[in-house]
Amino acid sequence: MADYKLRVRRYDPESGKPPYWADYQVDLDGHRSVLDAILEVKGREDGSLGIRCSCQAAICGSCGVRVNGQAKLACNTKLSDAAANAAKYEDGGTIKVEPMGNMPVLKDLIVNMDDVHWKKVQRIVPWLIPAGDPPEREYVVPPETMIDVTQSMACIHCGACVSDCLSMEVDPLFIGPAALAKAYRFVGDPRDSQTEQRLNDLAEDPHGIYDCTHCFNCIQVCPKGVAPMDQIMRLRRRATRDFGITDQNNGRRHEEAFTNIIRKKGILDERKLLQDSFGVLRPQGQIQLLRSLPTGLRGFARGKITPRKALMHERLDGMENLRRIYDHAEDHHEEVNLYILGEGETQDEKEPAMGETAGGPTS
Amino acid sequence: MALVADRLGIELVELDRANCCGAGVIAEHNPELADTLNARTFAMAQQTGLAMMNICSTCQGAQSECQQRLDADKAYRAHINEVLAGEGLRYEKGISNKNFLWLLVEDYGLENLRAKVRRPLSGLRVGPFYGCYVLRPTSRLGYHEHPDRDAYLERVIEVLGGEPVDYEGAHKCCGFPVITMNRETSLRQAGRHVGDAIDAEAHALVTPCPLCHLNLDLQQIEAAGVVGRELGLPILHLPQLVGLALGFEPKELGMHKHVVKTAEVEQVLQPAAAPAAAG
Repeated sequence: MADYKLRVRRYDPESGKPPYWADYQVDLDGHRSVLDAILEVKGREDGSLGIRCSCQAAICGSCGVRVNGQAKLACNTKLSDAAANAAKYEDGGTIKVEPMGNMPVLKDLIVNMDDVHWKKVQRIVPWLIPAGDPPEREYVVPPETMIDVTQSMACIHCGACVSDCLSMEVDPLFIGPAALAKAYRFVGDPRDSQTEQRLNDLAEDPHGIYDCTHCFNCIQVCPKGVAPMDQIMRLRRRATRDFGITDQNNGRRHEEAFTNIIRKKGILDERKLLQDSFGVLRPQGQIQLLRSLPTGLRGFARGKITPRKALMHERLDGMENLRRIYDHAEDHHEEVNLYILGEGETQDEKEPAMGETAGGPTS
Repeated sequence: MALVADRLGIELVELDRANCCGAGVIAEHNPELADTLNARTFAMAQQTGLAMMNICSTCQGAQSECQQRLDADKAYRAHINEVLAGEGLRYEKGISNKNFLWLLVEDYGLENLRAKVRRPLSGLRVGPFYGCYVLRPTSRLGYHEHPDRDAYLERVIEVLGGEPVDYEGAHKCCGFPVITMNRETSLRQAGRHVGDAIDAEAHALVTPCPLCHLNLDLQQIEAAGVVGRELGLPILHLPQLVGLALGFEPKELGMHKHVVKTAEVEQVLQPAAAPAAAG
C-alpha cells in the first residue's frame, strides 16, 4: 500500500459557490485505479463527491474524467502511472482529477453529455438506412466486408475524445471525433444505402470532416483504439475517391493540391499550395486568396519569401522516380490497419522501439 | 541548422534527393503513397549507413506513422520495396529517425550541450511549443522507451540558461493543418496559445516545427485579429534558440526574417562570450 495524493475539482451548483480544488490522500496499492481512489474518498471522507461509474472494467464508458489534464477512464488508469505522470511536471506527484472538457459541468466530475456528445452523435444519423424492402430474414453480407468498421464499433461513448478535441475547444460547433467515428461505422457498412448522402453532408458542413485540426488528441485518449481521427480521414477518402465530392471548405482541393505538388516537384511549393487549395478560378477562392494577401506581402517584406521562390519554386532531381511511385500507389492505395492486423504480429524477430537503432535499445 | 550543427560538432549528411514527408496530408489522401514516399527517404538514409535526423515535428510524426506500418507487416514492406527497386532502393525495417530535439537530449546529451553554451540565455523566459505530431500518439513515438519526450523543450531551455514558462498551450495545436479549410479554427488556436504565453510573461515561444512556426509567426497578426487582442510575441525555431546560446548573432540565424520582430528577445540577450581557447 502507498499514499497517493489527489487534487480533485469540486463544484456544487446548489451552493452558489464557484468551482474549487480539494486535496485528498488515499492509502492504496499502486495497481489500483484512480476510480478506486475516488470511491475511497467518497466512502471515507466525503460522500458528496460526484462521479459517474458502473462496470469498473473499461467497457461501460461512464467514468470519463481528466487525469493530469488528459481525458481517461478513471477505472483503467493506475494510481502508480498517474502519480508518475504528475511527477513529470511538478514535485510530489499529486494526481489532478477534473471533469472532462468541452462539455458543461453538472457537478464535481460529472458532465452534461447530452447537449454535446449525444447531440452530435444524433446529428450524423446513427442508424442503418438500407435500400428496398426488408429481406425475409437478415441482411446478409460477407463477413470480410464488415471487418473495416469493427474499429468504429469499438466506441463505448465515454466522451474522452470529445473532451480533449482541440478543434472543438475553439469551435464548439465542430461535429467532433466521436460522432464522425460513428458516422464512418455507417459509411463503411455495405448494407447502408445513403453513403453518398452521408458523405456529402459531412463534407459540405462547415464544421464537418474538414474541420479536424489533425492534433491526434482523440487517438491518444481513446481507451478502445477507435482512432477517431483515422476514421475522419477515411471519411475524407471515401468522399473524394468514391464519390468525387468537392466540398466548399477547400478540404478536397487542399488535399489534392498538396499531393499533386509533390508529384510534380518532390518538395512543397507553398505559394502554389495556397493558390490551389483555394482554387483561383472560383470567385470564393479569389476572395480567400485576396484575404491571404497581407500575410504573403508581410512574408515578402521580411525576405521570408522571395519572388523567385514564389514564382519558380525548385523541383527535386530524379522526379521520374516519384512519378513511378505515384503511378503505382494511385492504382493500389492499400490501407494497412494495425488495429485489424495487430501491431508486430507479423514479426519474425524482435522489433526495435521507435527512434532506436536496429542494433537494440540504448541504455 | 547547418551553423548550429557545425558548432555542436554534429556532422550532417544531407539527403538532397529526399522528397517531402507528406505532412500527414498525403497519408490522408492515400496511405500507401505516403508510406512509399517515406520508405524511399528511409532507404536513402540507410544507404549512408547513418541514423536519420529530421528538423520538424510534423516530419517526425508523419514519418513515424509510415514507419510503424512499414515495420509491422513484412508482406506490405516487400510490396513497397518492389516499387523502390526501380530506383535501386530498399527499406530495411527499424530505421532510427529522430528529430533534432530528441537527438539533442538522447544522443547528444544535455551536459554536452551545456558545455558548448557561450551565451547563456539568462533572463530569457521561453515558452515551449512542441507541435502535435511529435507528441501524439505516444504509442508510435517511442514514449514507452522515452517517457519524457514531452518535457524535452523545457530541459533544453534550462540547459541553455533560459527560463521555461508554463502556459496552457504548450502541448496543443497551432492550427496549421486547417488554415485553408477553416481559417477561424486555425487562427483562434494560434491566437489563444500565443496569448496564454504572453499572459505567462514569456519573451518568446520556441518550437521544433517549422509549420507551427508558420502559423504562430507568419500568421500572428491575423491570429490577433481573430482572438481580438494584440499579440506580438516572437516565435523561435529550436535551432535558432540553440544557436543564440552557442553564440551566434540573431541575424546569422535568420531572425530578421520573422514577421513578428524579435527585438524583445535580443534586448534580453547578453553579448556572446568569446570562444574558449583552442575550442
